[in-house]
Amino acid sequence: MTERIVGARLHYEDSATLERFLATGGDDGLRKAVLEMRPEEVAAQVMTANLLGRGGAGFEAGRKWSMLRKAPRRYLVINGDESEPATFKDHLLVERDPHQLVEGATIAAYAIEASFVVIYLRGEFALGLERVQQAINEAYARNALGRSIFGSSFSVDIVLQPGAGAYICGEETSLIESLEGKRGFPRIKPPYFPAVIGLYGEPTIVNNVETVSNLPWIINHGGEAFKELGEGRSTGTRLFALSGQVQRPGPYEVEMTKITFRDLIYGEEFGQGLRPGRSLAAFIPGGVSAPWFFPEHLDIPLGQDEVAKAGSMLGSGSVIVMDDSSCPVRSAWRIARFFARESCGQCTPCREGGAWIDKIMRRIEEGEGREADLDLLLDLCDNISPGIKWPPAQTTICVLGPSIPPSVNAAIQHFRDDFLIHIKEGRCPHA
Amino acid sequence: MSRFTGEMLSRAEELVSLYPDPRSATIPLCHLAQEQDGYVTNEAMAHIAELVGSSAAEVQGTASFYDMLKLEPVGRYVIGVCTNIACMLRGAYELLEDAEGVLDVPVGATTADGLFTLEEVECIAHCDRAPAAQVNYRYFGPLDRESFETLVTQLRNGDLDDEVPPHGTLLRVRREAPAVIPMEEIDRYRAQEAEREKASD
Ligand SMILES: Cc1cc2nc3c(=O)[nH]c(=O)nc-3n(C[C@H](O)[C@H](O)[C@H](O)COP(=O)(O)O)c2cc1C
Ligand code: SF4
Ligand code: FES
Repeated sequence: MTERIVGARLHYEDSATLERFLATGGDDGLRKAVLEMRPEEVAAQVMTANLLGRGGAGFEAGRKWSMLRKAPRRYLVINGDESEPATFKDHLLVERDPHQLVEGATIAAYAIEASFVVIYLRGEFALGLERVQQAINEAYARNALGRSIFGSSFSVDIVLQPGAGAYICGEETSLIESLEGKRGFPRIKPPYFPAVIGLYGEPTIVNNVETVSNLPWIINHGGEAFKELGEGRSTGTRLFALSGQVQRPGPYEVEMTKITFRDLIYGEEFGQGLRPGRSLAAFIPGGVSAPWFFPEHLDIPLGQDEVAKAGSMLGSGSVIVMDDSSCPVRSAWRIARFFARESCGQCTPCREGGAWIDKIMRRIEEGEGREADLDLLLDLCDNISPGIKWPPAQTTICVLGPSIPPSVNAAIQHFRDDFLIHIKEGRCPHA
Repeated sequence: MSRFTGEMLSRAEELVSLYPDPRSATIPLCHLAQEQDGYVTNEAMAHIAELVGSSAAEVQGTASFYDMLKLEPVGRYVIGVCTNIACMLRGAYELLEDAEGVLDVPVGATTADGLFTLEEVECIAHCDRAPAAQVNYRYFGPLDRESFETLVTQLRNGDLDDEVPPHGTLLRVRREAPAVIPMEEIDRYRAQEAEREKASD
């Protein structure tokens, strides 16, 4: 097995308890940070580690922190809104290692000298919310939060905020709007980063749950040790969420770039392959916004640049497997329908385009389609994201809109015959 | 009912006091209203507006955006069957049909006894247990017709009362911490730090 970082405690039944946390190195990173290091030294270790954000965009955490506008007040928001279909790594981390999350958030707060921290968790994570609140309470009780943390001169509060059910609130500017008590409408860019103008108009860092859960390890072992894992820009480990038609779906933490999609899907210690007699039709390498991969992509390593070079993205780290019993039209339709439902409605291409694609895909799947629909679909995709390329061009405020075309386009390009059978025979051949 | 009173009012005021800007408490207060009444009533929205310093229309504008905030009564148990991609690939639509059959209501409706509301929901991040469902945001899976039926029976008999509180109660763990540090005090700390740093450089 490869090195475990964020998931190091998960094999313990009681990984969520304070006792287990403290017995397995809990608090060491935070103590070291606030008692022995200056904030900029903590930030420098994270820069050295080249920790890429785990929320989907893969931006270097250290570089993001360095862009924080100088201002008397600055905020830190931890993004635990995880609602990207087939993504379930943050869910696991908040439920099973909430203390690590709180410790990581406090280390990040120290590094950027935040005035106030909010952990924003998806509202549906009822158990996770309870576990994280418990961890926060216990942190205050042992002076790991609040005034003069562990006797240092650093003081900060963490407040837990439940979301209320809206995928779009995972987008960082929408999340900030939500946190200000508003509808979750993404903000118009520029400014491109909340590090310039964020919560209450002040500079704000938004980091993902898994991103900050890496910080205790990085402080304990040093940025160099983290960078030694993986290769190139992809350092450390990632918690991949494997789902769909594999024998053993689940979360698997692996060193970046060291295994391939074939290993993940077929490996004995991972997915253990497909059901007997089935063959692989397609898989999605990084969440439903990502262009699909096919059997010829199985030997690509799980690394940021390696996947990007092949025309897709590692995104949120969720790998979805579709075997030959599944209907590609139906899968692409279900993904399009998700985006159509979750569009916040501010931008015409996303709101109207998404709704039309949903409708047309559905009528094809139900056997009511016409051959001209294929060109119509591609035209709609092109209007949302001109050129239908990857990374996508954008006509909209956020990238939810441009996330609609990849699945539809992949299905049409790769499974055209399936579409034609639906249309000509007036039924789904897989039903 | 509906406006916050007694213990609920003090919890509401405590929530407001947590944030540098009281309006940040809007969504947490909507959840609190649901805990009190099962859904967010008009009176609660008016009271929330008073507490956070906005208008009832603004609170409604916010509340109506979010799937979890119900502006009309729902069942004691809101059951959400996920039909998104990972669950769909493992039989979610069949499960949804079974759920309609077992509960004898179509998606979106509440059973006549007011016990169950059935919803079709998007991915609930339980995809390795597909097909999955949530009951008042407590997760179950993988489910088939039989295990779904058992789940419903257990809920009906109160066997799961410990795991699954009535709809609206989200967090049963209350914040236990000293009052949050006033922003002005933090501002002073950070200014002192900056001074000290300058002196030591
Ligand atoms: C539509 C949309 C949904 C998103 N959902 C999430 C999410 O659920 N969790 C998350 O951490 N980031 C999400 N992101 C990415 C955030 O905008 C942001 O890049 C991220 O939280 C930054 O943290 P990181 O740098 O640590 O990855 C989403 C982005 C978009 C456009
Ligand atoms: S792209 Fe879609 S979700 Fe994003 S801001 Fe525009 S309408 Fe809203
Ligand atoms: S797709 Fe159903 S829980 Fe994720």
